[in-house]
Amino acid sequence: MTWRWEVFLEDPGGRYPTYWQWMLSAWGWTAAVSVSALILALLLGVLIGALRTWPDGVFWPRFAGAWVEAFRSVPLLVQIFLWYHVLPAIFPAMKRVPGCALAALALGFFTSARIAEQVRAGIQSLPPGRRDAGLALGLTTAQCYRRVVLPAALRVVIPPLTSEAMNVFKNSSVAFAVSVSELTMFAMQAQEETSRGVEIYLAVTGLYVISALAVNRIMAAVEKRARIPGLVAADALAGDRR
Amino acid sequence: MKKSLMFLAAAIAAASGTFARAEGTLAKIKASGSITLGVRESSGALAYSLGDGKYVGFHTEMAYRIVSALQKRLGLPKLDVKTQVVTSQNRVPLVQNGTVDLECGSTTNNAARQKDVAFAVTTYVEEVRMAVRADSGIASIGGLAGKTVVTTTGTTSVRTLRKRERAGVGAFKEVFGKDHADSFLLLESGRADAFVMDGQILAGAISRAKRPSDFKIAGEVLSVEPIACMMRKDDPAFKKEVDDAIKALIASGELAKLYDKWFLQPIPPAGTKVGLPLSAATKAAWARPNDKPMEDYAD
Repeated sequence: MTWRWEVFLEDPGGRYPTYWQWMLSAWGWTAAVSVSALILALLLGVLIGALRTWPDGVFWPRFAGAWVEAFRSVPLLVQIFLWYHVLPAIFPAMKRVPGCALAALALGFFTSARIAEQVRAGIQSLPPGRRDAGLALGLTTAQCYRRVVLPAALRVVIPPLTSEAMNVFKNSSVAFAVSVSELTMFAMQAQEETSRGVEIYLAVTGLYVISALAVNRIMAAVEKRARIPGLVAADALAGDRR
Repeated sequence: MKKSLMFLAAAIAAASGTFARAEGTLAKIKASGSITLGVRESSGALAYSLGDGKYVGFHTEMAYRIVSALQKRLGLPKLDVKTQVVTSQNRVPLVQNGTVDLECGSTTNNAARQKDVAFAVTTYVEEVRMAVRADSGIASIGGLAGKTVVTTTGTTSVRTLRKRERAGVGAFKEVFGKDHADSFLLLESGRADAFVMDGQILAGAISRAKRPSDFKIAGEVLSVEPIACMMRKDDPAFKKEVDDAIKALIASGELAKLYDKWFLQPIPPAGTKVGLPLSAATKAAWARPNDKPMEDYAD
């Protein structure tokens, strides 16, 4: 087969003068949906993960457990359709919410359940004496979580969070189903119009790889900056200074 | 390292070369005693699946008729017909690399594809129209200003709409359904005011709706696309046989009977009627069989 990369210079006949400009805009949508979903997922995930291990009472751990099971057990595409088709049928006001916001919400909630489990695991990996020491100093449970437990637990879970952050970018491809003109939609549409599927899909794959790799590098930098010497096993592995 | 890479490249080039210089589809059919048809899962009444590996539809049945004609011409006592499901994404590569010998589904004959594959004479001319709710009062594309229009991702209708957008014909909002069922759901639930798509797909979707009388096809023809069977390029002997078979079906009235069967009579699985009479454009294509690309139909 012959390559025809000049297909990206052709005119799709719409808002964008060429296919590559359209593709970059689609990349922007992918990034916008992913980053907003990731921020939402991190905030909710840390909160729910902390509540999963909450020692006072049974309501909050159960609520957080239900949250995790609900958002983790239902396939992402089904969740997107629930947000897009079912909820607006019940609450007509939601019909005006744009598809990209719904996609970010769906992706954010889905990922929050996964991050919550990682945060819970991080908290449970700490020796229990740590929390007890905080409480013995007179901190409330909330203060103890904020000042003592979470700062250590979050450092522990940075590596799994990295893969989760990369997953968000890849999972954002389901947003095409709710009319967000992101990379996957561009690929499906442009390959149909140009009949050059291999070139289009290769370019789009390249952009996904670049996005995921950028997230990976950012998280690696975060991991390095946040490291407390002697706390995490990774430090012992990485540090051959000793 | 570099040498092994070059060897790999040479091996790939040689492998793809064998496909390119295959001695023609007719010889291949004769030698193997089999032909592979490209079929579709869901291309409206043109070509669809009933499940259980059964593929039917106007173009699918026509493909089987073409195969019987080929079998007679080649004097083969037995010809094994294999089917291979294709999608819009993979149909051109699968025909090019020899996996599929003849693809009769819903492939538009256009200039871009003609660089890669050949087309038989046009057997169906698709007209892109719009479906609206019957009580919406929308009668033409001009009536869409400020409204929401839905179409399906990965179809040529998206491009038709985009061209109108650039021309500035009434500003409307576009949304894109994941598939035709999804797009129709958006029209049905009121999220969209019009669904722009191939006429036969609209007619099929309306016929399967809860209350078909709630919807109608309205407005002018937005774009015209010739649909034809696709085969490998640079194989004039095979193309001639396929074209002759189709012309014989037209001349004998068989093709008109097939059209009636799939577009005007109740069809499986649900026994609904598409109810789309033969269009003037399709009639014209049958009267003068040709393989002109879509660009020659420019409005």
